[in-house]
Amino acid sequence: MGEMEQLRKEAESLKDEITAARKAVQDATLQDTVSGTVVVSRVQLKTRKTLRGHLAKIYAMHWSTDSKLCVSASQDGKLIVWDSYTTNKVNAIPLKSSWVMTCSYAPSGNMVACGGLDNMCSIYNLKAKDGNVKVMRELAAHTGYLSCCRFLSDAEIITSSGDCTCVLWDIETGTQKTVFAGHTGDCMSLAVPLDFKTFISGACDFTAKLWDIREGQCRQTFSGHESDINAIAFFPNGNAVITGSDDATCKLYDLRADQELITYQDSSIMCGVTSIAPSLSGRLILAGYDDFNCNIWDSLKAERVGVLAGHDNRVSCIGVTADGMACCTGSWDSFLKIWN
Amino acid sequence: MIKCVTDYNIKVKGQVHPPLTLEAVVLEMQDPKTGVKSQTQRLVITTIPHAITGEDIVEWIANRFKVGAAEARAMGTMMVAFGYIYPLQDHKRLIIKPDASLYRFQTPYFWPAQQWPVEDTDYAIYLAKRNIRKKGMLELHEQEQYNNLHKWMNHKWDFIVMQAKEQYRAGKERKKPDRVVFDCQERAYWVVHRPPIIFTQQCIMRPRVKSSVSIGALVKYSTTYKQHDPFLYPCLPSNPWLTDDVTYWQLNMQNIENPTKMRVERWTFSFGELLSDPRGRDDFRLFLKKEFSGENLAFWEACEDLKWGTAATMKEKAQQIYKTFLARGAPRWINIDGKTMEITVKGLSHPHRYVLDAAQTHIYMLMKKDSYGRYLKSPVFKETQKKALEQNAKKRRPSLSPIILRQQEEEQKAKLAASGPVDITQVMSKLFSIKKKILSPLKINLK
Repeated sequence: MGEMEQLRKEAESLKDEITAARKAVQDATLQDTVSGTVVVSRVQLKTRKTLRGHLAKIYAMHWSTDSKLCVSASQDGKLIVWDSYTTNKVNAIPLKSSWVMTCSYAPSGNMVACGGLDNMCSIYNLKAKDGNVKVMRELAAHTGYLSCCRFLSDAEIITSSGDCTCVLWDIETGTQKTVFAGHTGDCMSLAVPLDFKTFISGACDFTAKLWDIREGQCRQTFSGHESDINAIAFFPNGNAVITGSDDATCKLYDLRADQELITYQDSSIMCGVTSIAPSLSGRLILAGYDDFNCNIWDSLKAERVGVLAGHDNRVSCIGVTADGMACCTGSWDSFLKIWN
Repeated sequence: MIKCVTDYNIKVKGQVHPPLTLEAVVLEMQDPKTGVKSQTQRLVITTIPHAITGEDIVEWIANRFKVGAAEARAMGTMMVAFGYIYPLQDHKRLIIKPDASLYRFQTPYFWPAQQWPVEDTDYAIYLAKRNIRKKGMLELHEQEQYNNLHKWMNHKWDFIVMQAKEQYRAGKERKKPDRVVFDCQERAYWVVHRPPIIFTQQCIMRPRVKSSVSIGALVKYSTTYKQHDPFLYPCLPSNPWLTDDVTYWQLNMQNIENPTKMRVERWTFSFGELLSDPRGRDDFRLFLKKEFSGENLAFWEACEDLKWGTAATMKEKAQQIYKTFLARGAPRWINIDGKTMEITVKGLSHPHRYVLDAAQTHIYMLMKKDSYGRYLKSPVFKETQKKALEQNAKKRRPSLSPIILRQQEEEQKAKLAASGPVDITQVMSKLFSIKKKILSPLKINLK
């Protein structure tokens, strides 16, 4: 037996062992556990506000922790900070590179970050003494496009990139602190839980990985999707992960039992999922699709209980506020809509 | 040195059993006339007797079985993997290198077919022995396994240490070359039977929670929070996004004196919820003050400050924390166990963001398991619950006192002073509209 063949067999048998170990703890399924629960009644959210101002496709948005301010990034080369309640623009930040793909609001509210095809993550200080919003840092080291970024604090930020790695940066020095390598496809999105000790990333290798920030290692890998994972988010209790993929399904993975719990799919949906966000209780999952709509799923019963229709082009990003009161969708039609 | 098959049959442990095919081959290889060439070789500072080279092994196998070099190598690797032959250099890679790399035949005592059950006790003794010889000699995976064994074999650890010392002493009495040879053999044996844990093995052995438990927790979470989910239940008095009435936000401001009933209810869901709400933390702080254990919360907050603050302030903060909470006789000394204290104090000499992690976790769990439960039953909490504002959609009474309104104005003014003059008109107009909305129903009532 050639060495390669032997190694391949060994790898297969180890994979089988992992599957067996997962099955061993599977003493219940989500469907069975909630068989007695009633499906949530039809959820009808209406557009309460429309944020107009961008001149081109909106690629990303992120809420501030105060649940009123949000930042959006568009390929017209602008980053706009909105007071979503009054629909006023608090800041309109011109970007050096207009090919932006992601943006993020710092938990403190002091900074925003963005990045895209320039392979860099640019950090802007919103609270500069002279009132002007300027670039504070440019974090450059990725060899691929920046697909997503999330602040841990005013001093640290995590980015995911098309070069298949995620990186933890020290903002003050502008250097890489940890490189999380392991994905074999472009990392498309990442999410950070409330305790900031771990984070998850979804990639074009069809898997989602849970990373330990301190150790710099991948703790768990979840597969099951049949195409690129575009969006990923934590379930509000921090012990489960929801993913949205180009294979038109969303999946719920349990971190502690280390396996997939349920798939959210429907035969009438044939387009990819671009973005995903859970409601405050986790009972509802809002997912944005390529067919210009958002679907609202009952997370426990895996049934569609609502639709957010109103955009004239693909929904590229979605976000639910920290207080759970409103959901914002951003679309290629250059508008942001607030739903409730 | 085993000289022939019959010798082996008789000599080993007085038990006779027919040699297996592979073992027969290995014995053939050791034949002084027709076997693999062996010589005394120098390895570092010691001379190893009966050492053989990888290329000689491969050549011998190829000739003996009339097979190609690749197959001979594969067979040789199998012998090394099973532990019949062991490498003297690069001892962790159990393969045959068809070059001048040195190997040795493993003593039959350590052959796998002996089928001695590979006892954890023996492994523990082996690791303890190496620790005695030289501290810090164990590799990372060995250290981890040593710690694990120490944990669950604690009851017989005295026995293990005694055995280790005995073996160490016996070893010292051997002649140096014999000792080196034996050490190599023993080490090779354990590399085969306790290989360094690789990633996939970690994956297989990771602790998993039963699905039923995990799913149960998920369902419980979404059920508990269902009434607090604005998409599923109406917020009282009304949802500002629907009615343009911001009363809800004002009633739920960060530092309001009387929080709403819903907000107080959330504090009972988990300790994390209580701590993450600044108003909840204030209430908890009040309770702890009455119990004279306020230093725990203060320490926890100081740790958070260190973790998320700027790098420049870290050293100063760390020193401050040490002086206030950890030093002997400190004014707000916290009660953590000796080991954690030792690790923490040691780490503080080179402070980094997560240096207080162990101590913070300890204090967090202490507060969660002990103080939190008592807090929920305490008069402080009961008082807060009583005073908590009930939200009633029908009675739209403007429960905001002018004090709060003034507080809001002060806050806005402070914000404006800090950040440029961008939104002053918007903010002021917002303030006026809020004032109008609050005062207008009042006016109606007065009429």
